Amino acid sequence: MAQLELKGVHKSYGPVKTIHGVDLSIGDGEFVVFVGPSGCGKSTLLRMIAGLEEITDGTVSIDGKVVNDVPAADRGLAMVFQSYALYPHMSVYQNMAFGLENMGLPRPEIEKRVQRATTMLQLEPYLQRKPKMLSGGQRQRVAIGRAIVRDPKIFLFDEPLSNLDAELRVAMRKELSALHAEIGGTMIYVTHDQVEAMTLADRIVVLRAGRIEQVGTPLDLYHRPANQFVAGFIGSPRMNFLKGTVAAPGTIAIAGGRSLDLPAAAGLPAGEEVTVGIRPEHVALCGREDADVMIRLDLVEHLGGETYLYGQSETLPSMTIKQDGDCAATRGDMLPLRLVRDRLHLFDSAGLVRRAA
Amino acid sequence: MSGKAASGGIGDRFGGVLSAPYTLIMKVLDIPMRAVQNAIGERRMPYVFLLPNFLLFGLFVFLPLILNVGYSLTGGSKLYLSERPFVGLGQYATLLDCTNHLQPSTCREDHFWRGVYNTITFVVLQVVFMVLFSLLTAVVLNMKIRGRGFFRAVYFFPVLLSPVVVALIWKWILQREGLLNGAITTLGGEKILFFVEPGWAMFWAVFVSIWAHMGFYTLILLAGLQAIPADIYEAAEMDGTKKWRAFHRLTLPLLMPNLIVVIVLSLIKGVQTFDEVFVLTGGGPGTATLLVVQYIYETAFSNQVQNFGLAGAASVMLGVVLFALTLLQLFFARKGEKPT
Amino acid sequence: MSVADFVTRRRGRRWHWTDIAAYSYLALGVVLMFGPVLWLVLSSFKTQAALLEFPPSLLPMTQEEVMVPGQGDKPLPLFKVTMDDGSVRTLAQVRRVGIQAQMVDPKDPGTVIRVPIERREPVRKFQLALENYTKPLQQFAFTRYLANSVFVTVVATLITLISNSMAAYALSIYEFRGRNAAMLAVIGTLMIPITIILVPVYMVVASLGMVNSLWAVILPGAATPTGVFLLRQYMLTLPRDLIEAARMDKASEWQIYWRIVMPLSLPALAVLAIFSIMWRWNEFLWPLAVLTKTESYTLQIGLNAFQGELQVQWHYLLAMTVVTLAPVALVFVFLQRFITTGIANTGMK
Repeated sequence: MAQLELKGVHKSYGPVKTIHGVDLSIGDGEFVVFVGPSGCGKSTLLRMIAGLEEITDGTVSIDGKVVNDVPAADRGLAMVFQSYALYPHMSVYQNMAFGLENMGLPRPEIEKRVQRATTMLQLEPYLQRKPKMLSGGQRQRVAIGRAIVRDPKIFLFDEPLSNLDAELRVAMRKELSALHAEIGGTMIYVTHDQVEAMTLADRIVVLRAGRIEQVGTPLDLYHRPANQFVAGFIGSPRMNFLKGTVAAPGTIAIAGGRSLDLPAAAGLPAGEEVTVGIRPEHVALCGREDADVMIRLDLVEHLGGETYLYGQSETLPSMTIKQDGDCAATRGDMLPLRLVRDRLHLFDSAGLVRRAA
Repeated sequence: MSGKAASGGIGDRFGGVLSAPYTLIMKVLDIPMRAVQNAIGERRMPYVFLLPNFLLFGLFVFLPLILNVGYSLTGGSKLYLSERPFVGLGQYATLLDCTNHLQPSTCREDHFWRGVYNTITFVVLQVVFMVLFSLLTAVVLNMKIRGRGFFRAVYFFPVLLSPVVVALIWKWILQREGLLNGAITTLGGEKILFFVEPGWAMFWAVFVSIWAHMGFYTLILLAGLQAIPADIYEAAEMDGTKKWRAFHRLTLPLLMPNLIVVIVLSLIKGVQTFDEVFVLTGGGPGTATLLVVQYIYETAFSNQVQNFGLAGAASVMLGVVLFALTLLQLFFARKGEKPT
Repeated sequence: MSVADFVTRRRGRRWHWTDIAAYSYLALGVVLMFGPVLWLVLSSFKTQAALLEFPPSLLPMTQEEVMVPGQGDKPLPLFKVTMDDGSVRTLAQVRRVGIQAQMVDPKDPGTVIRVPIERREPVRKFQLALENYTKPLQQFAFTRYLANSVFVTVVATLITLISNSMAAYALSIYEFRGRNAAMLAVIGTLMIPITIILVPVYMVVASLGMVNSLWAVILPGAATPTGVFLLRQYMLTLPRDLIEAARMDKASEWQIYWRIVMPLSLPALAVLAIFSIMWRWNEFLWPLAVLTKTESYTLQIGLNAFQGELQVQWHYLLAMTVVTLAPVALVFVFLQRFITTGIANTGMK
C-alpha cells in the first residue's frame, strides 16, 4: 500500500504537448478515478505513472521516492489493461503465475497467491482454460486477478470495463467496489464514463486537454463543480445551461425567461454574459404565474420510476427535466418551469463558477 | 484474431514436439541475456536481438557486395583479394571487347555474349508464355469449377520440386529413347534429338522453366482475380455486357497490379535462371542454351583457370541489370498503390 | 425432366461451351503436370533392361526367366514363339545369332530349336525393381548425400528461425535509433540474390576455412531477409498491451521474446519453416560452387554429378530422384492449402 505524488508532470511528443503540468497527490488506500472526454490525457497520465511512457518534465514519486527513471517492472505497480492483455497462449493459471515466476517466488507461494485470487474472483472452474474460452466478464476477472496476485503497491486500471456490455459493466463495477473494500489497496482508475467515476471513486480527478479541471469527492463535484466543464461532465442526464446577462448586480436576466435574483451574481458587473446551470432534477413543474421559463415539450420518456421531459422554446436551448414517478404531460404541451433557486449554479464568462460569499 | 486462431492449429501441431527442448534452451539463454539487459539497459536490447542476423548479413551479403566490385577490378587467378593485382576496368573491357556486338563470335569473351543473347531470348520467351499460360490457368481456375482445390494443387506442385529433379524428370522424358520419342515413333514420326538441335534445346529450356514455375504466378493472379468483387460482373451482366468484353474491360484492368507483379518477378527470376537449364542441357548443344549465370559460375569455378575477376565483372553487370528491374518493380508497385 | 436435361444441367445452369473448354484445359493440365512425375516414379521401378526398351512400356514389366538344366547357371529369358505349324510354345532363349535365335523348351532342354527373331514375343510380368532403391543406398554415397541434405536443411532452418525471429522482434516491438536504417538494409538485401555475389561469398567462406564443409552451405543463406520481413509484419499485429503487460509482470526482454512473442507468432514461424525447408532441400547453385568433395555433397549436387557421368545409370538415377522428391511431395500433400495461402499472402516462394 502506498501513496503517490505527481509534481508538475508534463508530457510532449516532439512539439505536441499533451499533458500540461499536473500536480496531484493520492493517499494510501484511496480509490481515485481519472475521468474526462477522450483525448484529455487521462490514459497518458496513467501510463506515465505505470512507467510505460517517459515523463517529459516533472516528477512522479511513490512513497516519497522519485520513480521517473525506474522501469515499469520495478515500480511495484500492477495494471489492468483496457484490452485485458491476457497472454492468449497461456491458461488462466499461467497468466496469473507468469509475473510471480518472473519475480522468482517459490512455487508453493505462487500457488497460494493464485489460489487466493481465484477464490476471491470465483475463477476456480476456469484455471486451466485459455483466455479465448472465457466470456468477457471472466477475462476481465482474470486480468484483475493477475494484478491482485502481484500484491502491488498501487493498482492501475485503464478503462477496464469499456469492452463489456451494459449489464456486465454494472455487475463488474460492484465487484470492483467490493474488491477495493476487501483488499483496500491504492487504486487509480481511468474511465470516460462519469457514472463509473461517481460510483467507484473516493476522489475523482476531472481532466480536460491535459489539465486537471477539478479534484474532489463524487458528491463534491456533483454539488459544487468548479467550472462549467465539470458541471456538464458530471451528472446524468447533463446539467441544463441557460444563457443570461447580468442585468444589475445580483440579478440575472435569462434569455427568454424571467430575471433571477442570485446572491452569487453580486460581484459581477452589469452586462456580463453569464451561464446559469441547473440539473434536470432541480427543475420543477409549476403554475404559470410562478414560471421562470416556458418550454414546448418535444419528447417524454417514461421509465416507470421516473420520467424525463425534453423541450425547448425559441429563445431557450434544449432543456431536460427529471420528474419522480409518472407525469401526465404529452408532446406539444407548453410547460411552465421553476428553477429551484438554491440549486442554481452560476458561471461567469470565463466558465468559472460564482458562489455567494 | 480469427485468422490467427484458425492457422494456430498448425502451430500447435509443430509446437508440441519441440516445446520441451525449446523451453530448455531459452531458459538457459535467459541467464546471460538478463545479465546483458542489466548491464546495458532495456532500451539498448534491440541491438542485441539484431546482432546474430546482422552479423550473418554483414559477413555474407554486405561485405561480399563490396568485395565483388574489388574482384571486378583485379586480375590473376588468386582467390584472396589482397593477392590479386589491380587492373582497373580491364575485366570490363575484356567482357565488352567485340568487333561487332551483335555477333558473339567476334567478341573476345564470346561465351559471355552468347550467354547474354541466350538469356535475352530465354527471358523474353519465358515471360511472354509464362504470363499467357498463368493468366489462362488462373482465369479457368477462377470459374465455377468442381474440384478447384485439386486442380490448383496440380498446377502448383512443381513449384516445390527442386530444379535438379525437374530437369531430370524432363531429361528422362526427352532423351533419345524417351517417352516422347516413343510416342512420336508409335505415331509414325521420326525420333527427334531434342538436345542436339539448338532450337529444340532452347524450346525445352523455356518449356521446362514455365512448367516448373507457372503455378506460382498462377497463384498470384488467382488471388488477384478472387479479390475482384463479384457484383461488378453482375452489374456488367445487367448492362448486357458480353463475357469477352467484361474480361477485356473489367478483369484485365483490375488485375493489372497483379499482372505487373507477375511480369516483373518472372523477368527478375528469368534473368537469374541457372539450375534447371544447367542440369537439363548443360548449356548445350555447344553454347545454344548457355545463360549468363552459367557463364559466371563456370568462369569462376569450373574452368581450368578460375577467372574470378571476369566472373566478378560479369556479376556486377548482372547486378546492375537486376537492380534496374527491381527499381522498375518498385516504380510500378508505388503506382499501383495510388490508383488515379 | 428428360434425361438429356438432367445430363446437361449443372448446378442449376446449362453447360456452356466455355465450361467444356475449361474442363478440357484442366484435364490436359493434369496430364502435363502430373504425367511427367508419374512417369518418373513408374520408370524408377523398371529394371535396367526394361529401361532400354524402345518404345518404352508404361508399367514396370520384366521378362520372365527360367533356370534351364544343362544351359549354364544363368537364368534364360522366356519367349512365346509362333511355330511353323501355327502353334504357340513357350521357349527359353539360349542365345541369339543375327536374325536367328537358338531356343529350348524348358521341359525338354536337350533339343535346340532355331527360330527367326520376329516370330518370338517376350513373356513379361509386372515386377517392381526395388533394387534400384536399395542398391544405391548401399553401394554409392547416396546415404551420405541424404544425411548431408537432412543436416543442412534442419540446422539451417533452425538458425534461420532463431536469427530471423530475433531481428524481427527487435524491428517490430522496439523504437530505437537506427531502426529505419536496419529496416532499409533488410529490404535492400531482399533484392540481392546469391547469383551476383557468388565469388566474394566464396572468398569469405574460404577465409573462414569452410570450403567443403556443410557450414559453408548453411550459414550464408541463414539470415534470410524474406523471413525477417515476414515475421516482422506478423509481429506488428500483436497487441502492444501484451508486451507492456509482460513488462509490468517483470519479464525480461528475452523472456518477452521467447515466452510471449514467439508462441504468438507460431503461424508465421511455421510458414517460414516450411519455406526454409524447401529452399534448403532444393538449393543448388551455391552448394555446387562450394562443395567439391563427394563426401560433402548434398542430394541435389549428388544427383547432378550422377547424371553428368559418361555412362548414366538411369535405373539408379531415377530412383534417387524419387527419393529426393519424396519429402517435398509429402510436405505438399499434408500442407498444400497452408502453403498455397502462405504464398498467395506473402508473394514469395
